[in-house]
Amino acid sequence: MTKSFVGKSIKRNDGLDKISGDQKYLDDLKFGGLLYASILSSPHAHAEILNIDIKEAENSPGVKRVLTGDYHPHAMGLYLGDKPPLAVQKVRYYGEPVAAVIAKSKADAEKAVQKIRVKYKKLNSVSSSRESLKKEAPILHQNLKNYNHIPDVVPQPNSNIANLTKIRKGNYQKAAKEAKYVIKEKFKFPPGDHVAMENRSAVAEIKANGDVQIYSTTQAPFVVKELLAFNFDIPTGKINVIAPPIGGGFGGKAGLQLEGLAYILSKSVGGKPVKIVNKREDDMVSSPGHIGLEANVTITADEQANITGMDLQYYFDAGAYADYAVNVSRAAAISATGPYRVDNLNCDSYCLYTNHPFATAYRGFGHIELAYVIERSIDILAKKIDIDPVKLRLINAISKGDTTPTRSLMDNNTGDLKACINKTAELINWDQGSVVKIDNDKVIARGMGLLWKSPAMPTNTDAGAILTFNNDGSVNLHNSIVEIGQGTKTALRQIVAEKLQMPLNKVHITSEVNTKTGPHDWATAASRSLMMAGRAAINASEDAIQQLKNTAARVLRCPVEDLTVAEQKVFMTDEPNIFIKVRDLCLGYVYENGNAIGGQIIGRGNYIARKLSSMDPKTGEGRPALEWTLGAQAVKIEFNLRNYSYEIKKAASTMDVGKVINPDLARGQVTGAMAMGLSFARSEGFSFNSSNLVQNDTLRDYKILRYGEHPNYYVEFIETPQGDGPFGARGLGEQGVIGMPGALANAISNAVNQEIKELPLIPELIYKNVKEGHNDD
Amino acid sequence: MMITYKGNKEISLKINNEIYKVVVKPNETLLNILRDKLELTGPKAGCENGDCGACTVLINDKPFKSCMALAVEMEGNDITTIEGLKKTEIQKAFIDKEGYQCGYCTSGFIVNAYALLDKYKKPNEQQIKEWLNSNLCRCTGYEGIERAVNKVIDNR
Ligand code: FES
Ligand code: FES
Repeated sequence: MTKSFVGKSIKRNDGLDKISGDQKYLDDLKFGGLLYASILSSPHAHAEILNIDIKEAENSPGVKRVLTGDYHPHAMGLYLGDKPPLAVQKVRYYGEPVAAVIAKSKADAEKAVQKIRVKYKKLNSVSSSRESLKKEAPILHQNLKNYNHIPDVVPQPNSNIANLTKIRKGNYQKAAKEAKYVIKEKFKFPPGDHVAMENRSAVAEIKANGDVQIYSTTQAPFVVKELLAFNFDIPTGKINVIAPPIGGGFGGKAGLQLEGLAYILSKSVGGKPVKIVNKREDDMVSSPGHIGLEANVTITADEQANITGMDLQYYFDAGAYADYAVNVSRAAAISATGPYRVDNLNCDSYCLYTNHPFATAYRGFGHIELAYVIERSIDILAKKIDIDPVKLRLINAISKGDTTPTRSLMDNNTGDLKACINKTAELINWDQGSVVKIDNDKVIARGMGLLWKSPAMPTNTDAGAILTFNNDGSVNLHNSIVEIGQGTKTALRQIVAEKLQMPLNKVHITSEVNTKTGPHDWATAASRSLMMAGRAAINASEDAIQQLKNTAARVLRCPVEDLTVAEQKVFMTDEPNIFIKVRDLCLGYVYENGNAIGGQIIGRGNYIARKLSSMDPKTGEGRPALEWTLGAQAVKIEFNLRNYSYEIKKAASTMDVGKVINPDLARGQVTGAMAMGLSFARSEGFSFNSSNLVQNDTLRDYKILRYGEHPNYYVEFIETPQGDGPFGARGLGEQGVIGMPGALANAISNAVNQEIKELPLIPELIYKNVKEGHNDD
Repeated sequence: MMITYKGNKEISLKINNEIYKVVVKPNETLLNILRDKLELTGPKAGCENGDCGACTVLINDKPFKSCMALAVEMEGNDITTIEGLKKTEIQKAFIDKEGYQCGYCTSGFIVNAYALLDKYKKPNEQQIKEWLNSNLCRCTGYEGIERAVNKVIDNR
């Protein structure tokens, strides 16, 4: 009888470490002979650096070295190399690192950094993505044409356009001409921060033999390794990047973060180990955050409420550097329409330089942003047509056989979005009405938002898994998935236990990632870890099973195909009493006379994304998306019409995630994401003064959801299998954020009977939108 | 009374029922000392500004943000960090009810919830909210944490 581990709520493997304070994160580790760095950051959003006087800092006690931008004046990056580790000649955002002090202690470094004197000449700054396109806007990157970039990114030199992705599908002009209903809207929201509870840090050391060792709070250790090799001209094999478990990432720890800076700091002091740790304020503004957006949306529909066309302009506010953001704007184009069938589409997705803190990947990767503007627009369209917004969504929900914006087919693996919509409507009691008055001041309001998501990653994204055995017959799963709290490691253990039919406590897993000893893995991002590493783990298990059987067949003198592996034994399928224990095979079998055969079993498995292709630069046609997760979300709020405050009472999500490998962990990912999406919409985002300086760079002023402000969560899954996913599973880590902002804004718009087109949804902003709405009328 | 110190001072701190002698500077926080000098790294530096609660410890059984306490002022107090809590009901409930994901906020949350459940046998929803909203968690959406606290209460 086979035992099943997949589909069960197995407890995570890191529980005891985490509840006892034992779990070691990077900042908890001790290093011998460590030096500490402190960073001076820019007080201006845009200025020329006239002069930096470091003398006094150099003479400060304990100081080993003071560095400025000219030590390594080269722009680096992943998708578009546009950012030097320390500012060169110009600062382009408030918080940009300008100089670094390396000293014997943190305190010495912090004291000395205050003694650096910088003379700036302030320059006009660009304060929004629309403004960046104006003729009079200063060009922020004069050198854009010389930056390295991947072929799928299209920068436009002598402008502030770091990337423009165009999608042309069908004939939008015709659709617009023939439309019965048209809505035309503008939306905007500011950039903000991930607020992972652990601040970023990195430790770099260059050993006597030239080996570079980096410890980093990274989601992408292999990306870091390969980028350091490329940018500093070091053979890749000489670099090792170690990623201990991290305290939350949400995309903010993908790409290159502090590692390049840590490397040059170490280099400047003869290779000694140097540590940089962000303070919270640095983590919020010096390091990258989430992208801002302004958008124009036009949607056309016919008599029967079928959406016939969309014309979309997305103006993403990448901030001062667009290295990662260019790919966010590209991902938003790939999924531009949201999960709707749209046969006629024009979309221009711009990634624009401004003088704001710069953006990187953020949970949802372009989708949370586009979903906000699309889902608001769908509700506005429903009002125009005078149809129930849930019904409008059901009519237009994308399904099998439809095509995506890039004209790739929604194949047999397409989830059942209509089932998701119906389930969510039921969970939120949609039939009780979108606005219900409870007394003179208060109403109950409901709103829905759909989601879809596909990972936007390189076409050759891969993962690997290696299984080694211990002499007690237990197995070690070597993998390169970073532990972020997402629980993928537990799911991988379940997969291996299932395949090897072995008790779960016999499946051990590595917790830190080491790029020298672990298999190659693109990055722990894009919700692709379980899908890809899961496939690799299955392959590795099958490989190990085959090897165990091969050795056992020789000992038992039977054909390999007569054997089964289960219960830590290899036995004859038809005569289970004839067996050898795995522990007697896994490190080679030893006969009574001492002869040994077989050698140790090493299972290997890999996976590489299939059939992905680049996009046509003029039309966007191509197959950039591996798989699509579809879903529907909704909220119920209690809104006070007197003071515009509200409470989020209920939040519901139904997602088609394919096979759910671990229901409890899956639910945890979704509720966490829902909270993050609600928080994003409710109260987050940077506020800037007229000089583009961030006003809320502490957790006191930048409000994220607190305990007690969270709603009751209702989470359901639909399990249409993903044919190529492990046991039919697909990604679910990010998706839960995507529909929430739209759902919340729709509920609030219903409550105040005005269309809200901005974020964050704080009472002041709602009030302002309502006032302006009345003025328009 | 204003306490004035200059330079380093040796103090003794009672932490998790052990006495530690340690030399501190007047501007060092309790969090700095715990993490950097005493290798008690359970409390985390999430903001060092009193906003996140990741650094929460107990001072005489009351939760306190250790980034907001100067170490020199801590003599004579009974300090408990997450390392001093062993197999408590709330810790078990955190595992059982998925009260954590990345774990970075977990020490602080557990210490705070432990103190709450120590002071009140069955705290009501309002009390739980008042206590726990001083801590931030970015991963869980708080559902698992809420369930863990309720599990302890239900078992009483
Ligand atoms: S570190 Fe003390 S409250 Fe955040
Ligand atoms: S578990 Fe990650 S911050 Fe709470």
